[in-house]
Amino acid sequence: MTFLDYAPAPESTALLNLQPEYGLFIAGEFSPAGGESFTTISPATEKPIARIAHADAGDVDRAVAAARKAYDKTWSRLSGRDRGKYLFRIARLVQERARELAVAESLDNGKPIKESRDVDIPLVAAWFFYYAGWADKLDHAGLGANPRALGVAAQVIPWNFPLLMLAWKIAPALAAGNTVVLKPAETTPLTALLFAEIVQQADLPAGVVNIVTGAGETGRALVNHPDVNKVAFTGSTAVGREIARSTAGSGKKVTLELGGKAANIVFDDAPIDQAIEGIVNGIFFNQGHVCCAGSRLLVQESIHDDVVARLKVRLETLRVGDPLDKNTDVGAINSAEQLARIRELSDIGEAEGAERWSPACSLPDQGFWFAPTIFTNVSTSHRIAREEIFGPVLSVLSFRTPAEAVAKANNTPYGLSAGIWSDKGSRILAVADKLRAGVIWANTFNRFDPASPFGGYKESGYGREGGRHGLAAYLRGAK
Amino acid sequence: MTIDRVVSPAHRAIEVLGDEPTESTLKRYLDGIPGVDGVGLEQRAAALGTRSIKTTSKAWALDRIIGLIDLTTLEGADTPGKVRSLVAKAILPDPADPTTPQVAAVCVYGDMVPFAVEALGAAHTTGSGEGIQVAAVATAFPSGRASLRVKLADTADAVAAGADEIDMVIDRGAFLSGRYGEVFDEIVAVKEACRRADGSSAHLKVILETGELSTYDNVRRASWLAILAGGDFIKTSTGKVAPAATLPVTLSMLEVVRDWHRLTGERIGVKPAGGIRSSKDAIKYLVTVAETVGEEWLRPELFRFGASSLLNDVLLQRQKLHSGHYSGADYVTID
Repeated sequence: MTFLDYAPAPESTALLNLQPEYGLFIAGEFSPAGGESFTTISPATEKPIARIAHADAGDVDRAVAAARKAYDKTWSRLSGRDRGKYLFRIARLVQERARELAVAESLDNGKPIKESRDVDIPLVAAWFFYYAGWADKLDHAGLGANPRALGVAAQVIPWNFPLLMLAWKIAPALAAGNTVVLKPAETTPLTALLFAEIVQQADLPAGVVNIVTGAGETGRALVNHPDVNKVAFTGSTAVGREIARSTAGSGKKVTLELGGKAANIVFDDAPIDQAIEGIVNGIFFNQGHVCCAGSRLLVQESIHDDVVARLKVRLETLRVGDPLDKNTDVGAINSAEQLARIRELSDIGEAEGAERWSPACSLPDQGFWFAPTIFTNVSTSHRIAREEIFGPVLSVLSFRTPAEAVAKANNTPYGLSAGIWSDKGSRILAVADKLRAGVIWANTFNRFDPASPFGGYKESGYGREGGRHGLAAYLRGAK
Repeated sequence: MTIDRVVSPAHRAIEVLGDEPTESTLKRYLDGIPGVDGVGLEQRAAALGTRSIKTTSKAWALDRIIGLIDLTTLEGADTPGKVRSLVAKAILPDPADPTTPQVAAVCVYGDMVPFAVEALGAAHTTGSGEGIQVAAVATAFPSGRASLRVKLADTADAVAAGADEIDMVIDRGAFLSGRYGEVFDEIVAVKEACRRADGSSAHLKVILETGELSTYDNVRRASWLAILAGGDFIKTSTGKVAPAATLPVTLSMLEVVRDWHRLTGERIGVKPAGGIRSSKDAIKYLVTVAETVGEEWLRPELFRFGASSLLNDVLLQRQKLHSGHYSGADYVTID
């Protein structure tokens, strides 16, 4: 054994108090569903965690009715200050149960415990704290005096950051005075159900938050429900399109946060060691299951070979394995389905002539795993340079001039995020000005803050989440 | 500890710079090194600090830390008795447990070298890597404010008295005002003063005093400069200036050492000194070394801790690991 084969340091699951079976959380209580229940598994071991209820159209109807009742009878009549108190309470409960939530998230999603512990859960609490502060200050949100809530919000979230996406959706909706029905992703319902327990602990009025678990059908029934005033969706562009189509003309307010194929641009004067870290964090954070992941690396020609060589050395030190081990850097792929897609696109990349490389790493036999992979010799027309892979796969392209970098970065149907690495402030500003992307990071990547709006251009969706702008998605201005 | 150099430092510098090392060639070279983004560097260091080192890894790490320590006393009030006591501790760190490894070296002021050598006796290194080294601070430590003549005499005295390693300080005033050539020449001259009558040479650790360099860019430039001039080790601090060693600074220096190895195949040592007091902190440094330059650097020829109080904390942790419970400060010896 060598020192770098650090001895196992597993986070204990002893503090988890999971039920063998979970119902739907409607009107403040767990209740059985009409559909056939399903099992949620740990993607790292394929072992079952719990049985999860499958909501059918009738259940969705019940949930929306509960949300409507809560909106009419209690939530819309509460003062902003009182709504804020509930949100502060939720935020503190998230902090109190942080370790438990982190373990549950890593178990159900496959992400490394160091990420759920140091990124996901602290951001969840931050989001609730941030929007709790807004609840009694809506007059100053830039929408004119006395903006009003929309009513019942239908919210459908993805599996990559299960609890964080829940917070992004629920915190601003409640602060603005709406009630919600939220559907977590089929493969990652666990932390949403623990959140339901927190809602009970916080004594939130019944029906203000409802959580219905299920698959695509459940989500479809929810967003198409006639008594829903607002639809908020985060997920794939294909589903986003379907939602845009089905809600058109219904009068529902819609925000969509969809895919991305972000360019991470490294200029020859970049702080090189930090850029390497930023590239790694950009694409291998959360196994690359990040809509804003820096999946296209654009490196200036003169430093291309040096960057690739350094990147390879760095990747050799990434630790892939048990998500609950505190030293794991890259965890499990969330589902067999997603793994198949990553494999397919990687094989296509190879077939199209790009050069594939992965560090030597042994992957566990059980579970869904994919070694960190980089492709060099990628051209802009390759599918791996155009399609969202949503996995730990980086495509490396080069450029010669800043103008070429901008042209290549913008040459994508998406426009969610981008990164710029340079020691020269004026260059960063000039390039950022020309990039068509919702979020642009300079000399960093994948940093999030509740005060900063997030959202995309083009096929990455519309509407903004986070910050003052995130409130506008849940409010009707007086004008 | 011998790191053979195929070519002399001066020749190596010419090879890397592509020209004679002068003020202007050095300035051009050092200013061309990619910058350091402080936020990113500190984030990376913090991330390395979250590694969880448990059970067998921890046991290995604690023993290795002891073997990497330059047990240090650098007080104006030092006496031969104090130095003898320090040496006794270096040879047998934990009298209750003879399996405890010995430290790498004792580090003292130049005038204390004869006492350290005498006290070490048979435990003193034979030159083949076994045994404990004697390191002496020199060149008007800690400020470096003396003429070159005095600095060289200081160095030669310590070497003549039996020092195996010289910890010199750079002229921060010259460095900060951009006179890189002056700093370079001084290191080359001190390196020359490390030569013994028989042609062998004491090893040279170059103290950058990073607490006075104020930016990570300067730390990086000074690291390159010290290596170009022939330093065998680059060392963070004297321990007399705050802040002394920090993890981000050490990480930045390790990155230079890694790049130098990639460029020339030579292995340069790194010594964080001052401010590392707990086993927990020291383990973070081991992780940072292993994940930045590689595990092969975790040996006394290439990595040292300059510390005095660290040893006792490691001994307490070591006792805890073996006995299962914590003892207390009175169960380890004060030096």
